[in-house]
Amino acid sequence: MDLPIQEQVVYEHPVALLDVSTHYCPGCTHGVAHRLVAEVIDEMNLQSKTIGVASVGCSGFIYNYFDVDFVVAAHGRAPAMATGIKRCLPDRFVFTYQGDGDLASIGMAEIVHAATRGENISVIFMNNANYGMTGGQMAPTTLPGQKTTSSQTGRDVEQQGFPIRVSEMLAKLDGASYVVRRSLHDPKNIRQAKKAIRIAFETQLRGLGFSMVELLSVCPTNWNLTPVDSMKWLEDHMVPYYPLGDYKVHPAVAEMRI
Amino acid sequence: MARQLMKGNEAVAEAAVRAGLHAYFGYPITPQTELLEYLSRRMPELGRAFVQAESEVAAINMVYGAACTGSRVMTSSSSPGFSLMMEGVSYMAATEIPVVMINVMRGGPGLGNISPSQADYNQSVHGGGHGDYRQIVLTPGSVQESVDLTVLAFDLAEKYRINTVILSDGSIGQMMEPCELPEMQPLRGVSTEPWAITATMGQREHRMLSSIYLKVSDEEKTNIRILNRWRQIEANEVRFKEYYLDDADFAIIGFGSAGRVALTAVRQARAEGIKVGLLRPITVAPFPVQQVAELSKRVQGILVTEMNGGQMLDDVLRIVKGNCPVEFFARLGGVVPFPDEILSEIHRIAKGPLSVDVDPRSAWLDRMAAIVN
Ligand SMILES: Cc1ncc(C[n+]2csc(CCOP(=O)(O)OP(=O)(O)O)c2C)c(N)n1
Repeated sequence: MDLPIQEQVVYEHPVALLDVSTHYCPGCTHGVAHRLVAEVIDEMNLQSKTIGVASVGCSGFIYNYFDVDFVVAAHGRAPAMATGIKRCLPDRFVFTYQGDGDLASIGMAEIVHAATRGENISVIFMNNANYGMTGGQMAPTTLPGQKTTSSQTGRDVEQQGFPIRVSEMLAKLDGASYVVRRSLHDPKNIRQAKKAIRIAFETQLRGLGFSMVELLSVCPTNWNLTPVDSMKWLEDHMVPYYPLGDYKVHPAVAEMRI
Repeated sequence: MARQLMKGNEAVAEAAVRAGLHAYFGYPITPQTELLEYLSRRMPELGRAFVQAESEVAAINMVYGAACTGSRVMTSSSSPGFSLMMEGVSYMAATEIPVVMINVMRGGPGLGNISPSQADYNQSVHGGGHGDYRQIVLTPGSVQESVDLTVLAFDLAEKYRINTVILSDGSIGQMMEPCELPEMQPLRGVSTEPWAITATMGQREHRMLSSIYLKVSDEEKTNIRILNRWRQIEANEVRFKEYYLDDADFAIIGFGSAGRVALTAVRQARAEGIKVGLLRPITVAPFPVQQVAELSKRVQGILVTEMNGGQMLDDVLRIVKGNCPVEFFARLGGVVPFPDEILSEIHRIAKGPLSVDVDPRSAWLDRMAAIVN
């Protein structure tokens, strides 16, 4: 007697993600984050109404990997550009995808004011504790003592100041509706990151204002670590300095049923 | 439509609204601020987008995003703010999208002052932002012309997918004059331009707009495409006004406020029987090259008058190529010339002698030593 075969799909290529190989280094978490964003776009059926705003950094070529409309902002200006788009096309889904140099250094004014205006956009913020694209210089998020190509004996806080905890800072703004930090260093955290991206995107769809998901990320090439060791470094060093958690969840967001 | 008395800045704002302005992004700076204030009321009233940005850097990048959607968008500022906008100006030029920008110029460099000036000519006409690009630059000489050029600016920007600047100044922005406003155009729906970023809506392939061309051969092609388009603009879009030039022995060349003051002086000189005329470029980019060249072959001398240190003068000299003597007169740093001052320049020139060997800027600076001290 033939037993009925139960098939369950456990892996599929997200429709919103183009079937191409990326330029990212082995072990880089940009690919993981791209996939999560694409999966959420698929699940929410957002592909046809999505406009992405790429930033300047390793992810500047994100438009090559998504089957959605994209613009590429100047360094740090993605939230301003997204504001311009969203104000003209309020019923489209608009998200930015930014690195930590882009968002927390040159683009600090733009992100703070987009958040405080309660701009109805979503931000994916990739915190890899350095400037990846330009070869691993110190970023505003570089940890105290962390060696980079522009803090070669380790970030000296007396000379180079302290890292910025962006999520904690933006959470203080009344205009920000959903601001959380997640990490991409293991499957459990990756699943939680995806859930947060889903909530962020729902926040925008329901017109509830500014949402941002900060994702702790690795940069094996510039950290001079293997992909596996860099995951461990993230967990051991970044997570303690940048605690994971929900920093701002507006009551209206908390009430959402997804 | 009835004429009404309006302040230059507000007239430009209302003209833009009537031309179908979909979104405005700006930052306060004198002597431009009334434009922003007016639109802060008017745009929301009509259900359109208005954002007071955190800086001119943010404002121009909001404009960049909004323009990528194919909507009619605009920003306005004054000199120091325009310097901050140069990032976006260069990126938008590289992305080849239509944008309208109003620069109500003030005295500079640096913080300078809030009085009228024309010192951003080079910044607008010969660059400002990095890279090889061109933009259309229109120079109004009155409130009515500001209104008309605002409407034209949107059409030109869209026709050529190019940055279009209205280079005005503090006196034209602040003065009140009667003007006739255009009819209200309906706001267009979502753009159907084949380049506009509007989301696919399941109807087409996905698109991308950016200023990046990593392959140098692509970047070179883009640069050449931009230059070829500029040749087309030079052939089709030169605009200028001529006054009393038909029988003129001497010609003045001046744009915007300086041209307007010069016209008063020309009229006085004509009343005295001096055969002098005025060429007032409306587009300083594209520049009326042919008109200046022809003029230089039939007059005994040209007087360039500006409210800067001779920025347009260099362009005129390049065109005149020694065909006739060129003289220069300017007040600058926020000082506006009086018609009398230009009239005495006309007297000086009419009396002669003039020489093609004199460096007009140097000679003017020597004469200024007596005026300024
Ligand atoms: C105005 C400007 N300044 C500097 C640069 C050079 N630049 C390109 S990418 C980058 C750093 C990006 O780092 P980050 O945002 O952390 O992203 P990552 O590459 O690490 O993903 C810099 C400084 C630029 N493109 N534009």
